Amino acid sequence: MVKQFLMNLLLAFIWVALTGVLYYTNFLFGFAVGFFLMWLMNRNESDHRYFTRVPKIIGFFLYFLYEMIKANIQVAYDMVTPKFFMKPGIVKYPMNAKSEVEINLLSTVISLTPGTLILDVSEDRKVLYIHVMYLKNKEQFIQQIKDGFERKLLEILR
Amino acid sequence: MTAILIGILCTIGALAILIAAIGILRMPDFYLRLSVTVKAATLGGGLLLLCAAFYFPDEVSVTTKALAIIFFLTLTAPVAAHLIARAAYFIGTEQWKGTVRDDLAGMYDKETHTLGSGKESGGD
Repeated sequence: MVKQFLMNLLLAFIWVALTGVLYYTNFLFGFAVGFFLMWLMNRNESDHRYFTRVPKIIGFFLYFLYEMIKANIQVAYDMVTPKFFMKPGIVKYPMNAKSEVEINLLSTVISLTPGTLILDVSEDRKVLYIHVMYLKNKEQFIQQIKDGFERKLLEILR
Repeated sequence: MTAILIGILCTIGALAILIAAIGILRMPDFYLRLSVTVKAATLGGGLLLLCAAFYFPDEVSVTTKALAIIFFLTLTAPVAAHLIARAAYFIGTEQWKGTVRDDLAGMYDKETHTLGSGKESGGD
């Protein structure tokens, strides 16, 4: 995993050195070319994890951007219209994430989505306390995060 | 083409920061203020920095610095928000009257500030 990533990075730098243009677009293109070459060479080997993981990371990033923009528009609409539509509340969220890295990334992602804010993590690392701005239904909210952010994040990390 | 992209990103970023400023004035309680401010400020600052990176494409140092600032901004802002909100809950900051649910009530140990999960005795 790490070895393949370093190899990919090295190929990207070789591409930059050969073309002699150090723009970020050129670097990204070199990275893509290196990824494609490594995918071609790796087809007969058994370990394919790196090649499924990189598209998943990009997909997660795009999904996060989409959720963030959607929630931002909702919050912004509520802010500039005179009437409040909010139903704030603090929700106990039982999480599947176990290790410190997983909990850290999950809470960062939840905190950065508008409308939700992490208040605290319990001592035994089983639940998160989340402050939610638009709480229609507790079970529905928990299910939404479980199927969205948490499942995608754990697929990448595990 | 790049100019149009920069214009769009700059406008969205500035609007996000403006809405955060309005939110500080209008929101009814402390947690909602915090919740609105942290996200919009991160998004707005990140978009403006991204514009700077697009505007100087042939200066590598500007691009790398802008990307590094965005990275550390997204890494640290949620931690700060979490600590401020936690401290506010300890000293008993009031919540808005429209609050519909509070699962955190009574979960803190008053002396040691350790937080239970409500699952210690439950058999799952």
